[in-house]
Amino acid sequence: MSITKSYEEINEKIKTGKVVVATAEEIIPMVQEEGVSKVLEKVDIVTTGTFGAMCSSGAFLNFGHADPPIRMSKVWLNDVPAYAGIAAVDAYIGATELSETKGEEYGGAHVIEELVSGKKIKLKALGTGTDCYPRKEIETWVDLNDLNQAYLFNPRNAYQNYSVAVNSSSRAYHTYMGILLPNFGNATYSTSGELSPLLNDPEYRTIGIGTRIFLGGGTGYVAWEGTQHNPAQQRDENGLPLASAGTLAVVGDLREMSSKYLRAGIFHNYGISLYVGIGIPIPLLDEEMVKKVAISNKDLKTTIYDYGIQRRSKPALGVVSYADLRSGSINLDGKQIPTAPLSSLDKAREIAKELKAWILSGRFYLTEPVAALPYRDGVKPLDEEVE
Amino acid sequence: MAKKRVVLTFPPELTEIPLTYHLVKDFDLAINILKAKITPGEEGKLVLELSNGSLEKIEDGLDYLEKHGVTIQPLSKEIVLDEEKCINCGACTAVCNSKALSMDADARLVFNKESCIVCELCVSACPMRVIKVMF
Ligand code: SF4
Ligand code: SF4
Repeated sequence: MSITKSYEEINEKIKTGKVVVATAEEIIPMVQEEGVSKVLEKVDIVTTGTFGAMCSSGAFLNFGHADPPIRMSKVWLNDVPAYAGIAAVDAYIGATELSETKGEEYGGAHVIEELVSGKKIKLKALGTGTDCYPRKEIETWVDLNDLNQAYLFNPRNAYQNYSVAVNSSSRAYHTYMGILLPNFGNATYSTSGELSPLLNDPEYRTIGIGTRIFLGGGTGYVAWEGTQHNPAQQRDENGLPLASAGTLAVVGDLREMSSKYLRAGIFHNYGISLYVGIGIPIPLLDEEMVKKVAISNKDLKTTIYDYGIQRRSKPALGVVSYADLRSGSINLDGKQIPTAPLSSLDKAREIAKELKAWILSGRFYLTEPVAALPYRDGVKPLDEEVE
Repeated sequence: MAKKRVVLTFPPELTEIPLTYHLVKDFDLAINILKAKITPGEEGKLVLELSNGSLEKIEDGLDYLEKHGVTIQPLSKEIVLDEEKCINCGACTAVCNSKALSMDADARLVFNKESCIVCELCVSACPMRVIKVMF
């Protein structure tokens, strides 16, 4: 009989300082050398990490009431419009929103990064003036401490796998996958591979709604499935998706976060994005989980797509492993194409190590999901209706 | 091996004379063309790396060009990288054909200035805007 472990047992070990944690990279040679059951006896938790551009990110802010009060219907933060179509002094600042004065070089992601760095932000708001909210305009400066609530709420983060981008056309393309050189001049990819959270729990057994995570340097939670969550993606014999699949909506207090793990980025001629650091602990509940976390870059695959074709469905050109991508070049129909990563493996490692340190020091406990993520539905396209 | 990087500006009437051929043939210089913008009948620009066993030969070659009306400036532009702010993502390596920017075995960015041809492609490829051209 092979052993099993419960969340309670693992948390008890954290409490008594007996817990054993390994990062998703460290666990691979351990399983290869000692085998699945030995590792299950020894190790309780595997920590994962990722640090990359996650466009679908933003923060809810509550500014508190001014005197006389205003019902803010339009809000700008450092000249970046925030969505104010919610209650009087609530707003949502989206990462990709552009500044009305600085254009492509400054946006919502920069506002969020400056807030977490403790900087003052210029708040400008307009209201219509009502009986209970007579004021029509306000302009002032706020920092993170002045706000009642400031929490990151990212509708789609931590993509489970992502495509490799190449460009068959004769001109360079500026994309969210970086600058793609013409005639298959390069190939870019954006996943931390064997360290990636959802690739270590491919069927969402332990990552679900309510899972406590490392988010932007603070503690966060999985709030929901992410937008475009696509568990129905084609999978291999290990249950691993061969292209982008599951996603997570995550939430966490901005006040706990740091600009070390939350950074604004600019994609030339494309737009602005927020680089978000996420780390998720995977409890080794049984041998099945050990087998999942032991899968290495050699066996993790993703699909190459041609971004030179500007259509919804880009042609798939083949499948490669993360070991191939990391080697510096891939072979596509006999042509060697140099590869370049876009998400930071270095930072992903730092996050997995940091989360490991949190657990070992008793600062971070595991939570059992309160509900599972959907595991069936696909993603619908938007087809235009003709009148 | 002596090396020199120079920016050459040709007046329109000179763009059709094979000056670089003479550099190789008469002065025994090895030439590496880093950048070229030459259209017949217009002012041309050429960024070259010249090398030879002796610096004197290189200087002689450059004197020869100057006598023919070519303006010579040292290649003074350089790429600087703020390592503090770099996140080691690797996006810049995607456009660096000369491999001056690459990722090492620890997934950290390495910048080898020697191989940089100052094409400036990496400047806009860096999402953190930490790569700058300095004059
Ligand atoms: S300027 Fe060009 S050659 Fe130099 S590091 Fe940047 S991309 Fe590479
Ligand atoms: S693109 Fe910028 S941040 Fe990323 S590795 Fe290159 S220099 Fe560093």
